[in-house]
Amino acid sequence: MSPDFLIALIILSNFTLVATSRVNKAIQIAAVQGVLLGLIPLAMGLGRHAHILVMVVAAIAVKGWFIPFMLRRALHQVHINREVDPYIGYTFSLMLCALGTGLSLVLGHMLPLKVGTKVLLLVPASLATLFTGFLVLVSRRKALTQVVGYLILENGIYLFGLLLIEEMPMLVETGILLDLFVGVFVMGIVINHIRTAFDSTDTRHLAELKD
Amino acid sequence: MSQSLLPTSIPGMVQGAVHLLTLLLLPPLLPGLINKVKAVIAGRSGPPVLQLYYDLAKLSHKRALFSRTTTWVFLAGPIGTVAAGVVAGLLVPFGHTGTPLPFEGDVILFAYLFGLARFLTVLSALDTGSSFEGMGAAREVTFSALAEPALFLGFAALAKASSSLSLSTMLLGPGIGAGRIAGPLILVLVGWTIVFLAENARIPVDDPNTHLELTMIHEVMVLDHSGRPLALVLYGASLKLLVLGAMLMDPLLPRTTHAWQNWLVFYAGLGVLALGVGLVESMTARFRMTKVPQFLIAGILASAFAFLLLLV
Amino acid sequence: MNLYLCAVVVVLSSGVPGLFLRRRGGAVAAVLMSLGALLGVAAALWVLAGGPVQVFALPPTPMGAAGLLTLDPIGALFALPVFLLSACAAIYGIGYRDDHHDNVRTLRLFLGFLAASLAFLVAATHALPFLLGWEGMAIAAFVLVMTEDRQPEARRAGWIYLVCTHTGTLALIGAFALLFGATGHWTFTALPRGFAATGLGTALFVLCLFGFGLKAGVMPLHLWLPSTHAAAPSHVSALMSGVLIKMGILGLVRLLSWIPDPPFWWGATLMVAGAVSGILGVAFALGQHDLKRLLAYHSIENIGIILLGLGLGTLGKSTGHPVIQVLGYAGALLHVLNHSLFKGLLFLAAGSIVQAMGTRDLERMGGLGQRMPWTAAAFLAGSWAICGLPPLNGFVSEWFIYLGSFRALGSFRWPWSLAILAALASIGALALACFAKAYGTVFQGLPRTTAAGAALEAPPTMLVPMGILAGACALIGLAPVLVAPALDRVVAGLGNGASLQPVALLGNLPRLSLLALLLLGLALLLWRWLRPLAPADLPTWDCGYAGATPRMQYTASSFADGLVGGLRWVLWPKVHGGQVTGTFPVDRPFASHVPDPILDRAAAPAFRFLALGATLLRFFQGGQLHIYLLYVLLTLLLLLLWMVV
Repeated sequence: MSPDFLIALIILSNFTLVATSRVNKAIQIAAVQGVLLGLIPLAMGLGRHAHILVMVVAAIAVKGWFIPFMLRRALHQVHINREVDPYIGYTFSLMLCALGTGLSLVLGHMLPLKVGTKVLLLVPASLATLFTGFLVLVSRRKALTQVVGYLILENGIYLFGLLLIEEMPMLVETGILLDLFVGVFVMGIVINHIRTAFDSTDTRHLAELKD
Repeated sequence: MSQSLLPTSIPGMVQGAVHLLTLLLLPPLLPGLINKVKAVIAGRSGPPVLQLYYDLAKLSHKRALFSRTTTWVFLAGPIGTVAAGVVAGLLVPFGHTGTPLPFEGDVILFAYLFGLARFLTVLSALDTGSSFEGMGAAREVTFSALAEPALFLGFAALAKASSSLSLSTMLLGPGIGAGRIAGPLILVLVGWTIVFLAENARIPVDDPNTHLELTMIHEVMVLDHSGRPLALVLYGASLKLLVLGAMLMDPLLPRTTHAWQNWLVFYAGLGVLALGVGLVESMTARFRMTKVPQFLIAGILASAFAFLLLLV
Repeated sequence: MNLYLCAVVVVLSSGVPGLFLRRRGGAVAAVLMSLGALLGVAAALWVLAGGPVQVFALPPTPMGAAGLLTLDPIGALFALPVFLLSACAAIYGIGYRDDHHDNVRTLRLFLGFLAASLAFLVAATHALPFLLGWEGMAIAAFVLVMTEDRQPEARRAGWIYLVCTHTGTLALIGAFALLFGATGHWTFTALPRGFAATGLGTALFVLCLFGFGLKAGVMPLHLWLPSTHAAAPSHVSALMSGVLIKMGILGLVRLLSWIPDPPFWWGATLMVAGAVSGILGVAFALGQHDLKRLLAYHSIENIGIILLGLGLGTLGKSTGHPVIQVLGYAGALLHVLNHSLFKGLLFLAAGSIVQAMGTRDLERMGGLGQRMPWTAAAFLAGSWAICGLPPLNGFVSEWFIYLGSFRALGSFRWPWSLAILAALASIGALALACFAKAYGTVFQGLPRTTAAGAALEAPPTMLVPMGILAGACALIGLAPVLVAPALDRVVAGLGNGASLQPVALLGNLPRLSLLALLLLGLALLLWRWLRPLAPADLPTWDCGYAGATPRMQYTASSFADGLVGGLRWVLWPKVHGGQVTGTFPVDRPFASHVPDPILDRAAAPAFRFLALGATLLRFFQGGQLHIYLLYVLLTLLLLLLWMVV
């Protein structure tokens, strides 16, 4: 299985995510994307390094299972299933996402990167995922969807990090996972607080906190 | 330059003993003299010269009364005034007779002992909660904030002139009162006379004989004292008169050959001082309260100008 | 040094057990802090008594050479009050009441943190540990000031403090960078002769004066000080006023110890700064109605006295007059110690009063001397000492500075020391007036409010620390010879190697002790003569008027009115109301207060102007998370495009 194939799947999952209105579905897609990401190092033929194997397992466990699991639990507690009335409509989001991906393809080839990579699509895909993550973060109202956006954003950074996978010390890698975990954790707390304070998880209410 | 703590020679001890006796016994005579002078000028016979001794004897047999609002601080005023006055009196030379305890820098301690006495007197006044005494205390601290710099600037001028920090050299050292120091010295003495009148609550700053509490400074602060504490207050005031008077008169006293002659000169000097104060009190009226700061600032200026004269 | 480091660690951890204990956390913290303080004081005294200078190399840092902790006499002298006051504050803190439980724990934790930072700082002789200690101190103090964070006043004070302290640190980083440029390493060492006269030397002095002066609260840079001291819990105020602001002085002392030949104008500048701080500090104190703000302004005044001494010593050093140098420096350094003792004492006593009264307003107090006799005695002892009156310790340090400036009268071309004399004399007289006002209004007369009439004496845990501090004040005042050898060693560290005369000889300390004892003996004799005392059971003789009420007493404002009026041109008091018209005037409200010149009249309007300009930027603060994220996205895009193009 070529890594480019996995990356194409990831870009596809980005589009799906932007187009879906169901929160549950979004979480599912994020989980799938996590698993795909985790598999990339194997597809790059790095399975012989023990520490990379450990990382693969950890990434799949955290991104593919643990975080989606937590998000689903949160979803059950807040009783919502649909992202209603987003800032940017689904069709328009899809177009933006496509635009972003196209831009990433252009940018990805023009960026003056020091390290050459054998994987053609890695840089554009990472940028595209980054944009998608931002897009979700910017355009959605529900805090849970925003967490998903944040996850996708992190995935983009992770992909970028894969550029350096052979030189990258494990420390940095685990650092990214930790960062992600903390991010989700913090947002979880924020969600909880919004819920208790405003009795809903709509982030519009946060504007009331403005000084 | 190791100094012994106390005088060691026999003449030194005798001198010290006379100094101590003068310091402890003479003070009540001064107010009596001043009052006699004033009475004579006004054409009255006036109270006896020894009146204050009689008063002190009478008061020391009287029971003291205390207000409910007072605490032990009420007594700290009279005690502090006398204790600080006596210690200050040990530092100041009585004419050319020598000081029992001279040392470099005694001038600072001397000034601060009066500060201590003032602090305790003021607190003692405030302890009664009477608004009259509060008024007096406020005036006392206000005016002394101006008297203090005048005193210190005078010290600075004399310290520069005599290159010494000891009162006995500053006031009586060789060359003080002669040559190019004479001009500055006169200015210092003018400044100090103002300080002397203010510190001892004399006319034109304060009137010791006034009967209107609203216009008093020192007298109103001790309204509530009675019996032995009052005796201490009166004695302390006369002590201050003597000690500051000695400081003021010292530079003017001539030096003689024998110790006993020096003592006589000193006593005569005190008599002159009492006469002078009596004359001033007979001939001037007291200032309006708002005029007093200007009077004291004149004192500061005189002392400061004395220092400037020494620079040129 | 191990002993000292143990002390730092114990002090640091003193608040930790309290985090997990349901009760008695304060007592545990007090025990630990006292233990650490004993160790620290022992280590410091060992060095001050002539023991070897202790050096401890920290692990290597990114800044090249290993950082150094050195407990030299200068550090040891500053360490003494740090440990002593920390222990007193911790013991006092047992009785500190607060309905918000978490804050008390934070308070204890950070009190230990502050004490440890201070102890670390005084021993730092390398730029990195110095800045570490400095920042640790700043942060801990910020948290402590914010203890009562439900009050807007405390929050405001905390933020102002934070801004000021970081501005100061910025200047210090610049100063250390200059130092690195001059010597080539970050360890504090003597600078070459002639350096101080160069442009770099001038820049170093100016940066240090600004950075350290801001911490010390020198007059135009004092804007954070009064509100912080007023808003913090009182034992924190004691620690801040007693030792924290002294760290600015420590910095200046360290600077002077590196310079073998300070230029004349350094001394003159220090002296002028001292005179300004001293006189204006006490003048503003006179105008205050808030007990703790009043004390805070007196801290500014005392920093001024310390600077007068430092300036005098530096003048002596630069002109080659060792006697003046010794007396000036000895006075300044002893005043550092003395001020922490008596100001700590005053703040602790003030804290008991505030706790008993629930207010800091002088005009609502009165008559507390009868209900809180021990607190009153402690406050009186502190006032006595701070006014520099014999026979307490405040007199001894001022004594040195006076002696030095009298001796310097003929030594310099211009009468610089005359200014010191005039300043010291005015400060002394005004301080006396101010403390007569404070003690008189708080403790004497009749209670002005029902709260004042119902006040209760503080618990023993609050009285014991005051007793310790008062005892220390009396000890130094009566037997200054005890501290003289230590002072000699510290002053030698500030010299340029030339042999100096001992301060005990220059200051005639035995003679001073003798006279102080004589004074006490006389007072005791007179006291015996006055006894037995009649019971105090009569009304005050109010010149025949028997219906006097507490409201008719002289108030703090009226007491200070003469002086405040005389100093109107510098204090600018604000007066509201009080205009009485007509033959039969009706009730009129009257109020007056003295705002801080720098904070309320200069800094606050300037910052308000700045804030007005900044509101334009508020356009970007829409309050919508999405928009903020969009900004991030746009920035990222721009950066990417910028890289490509």
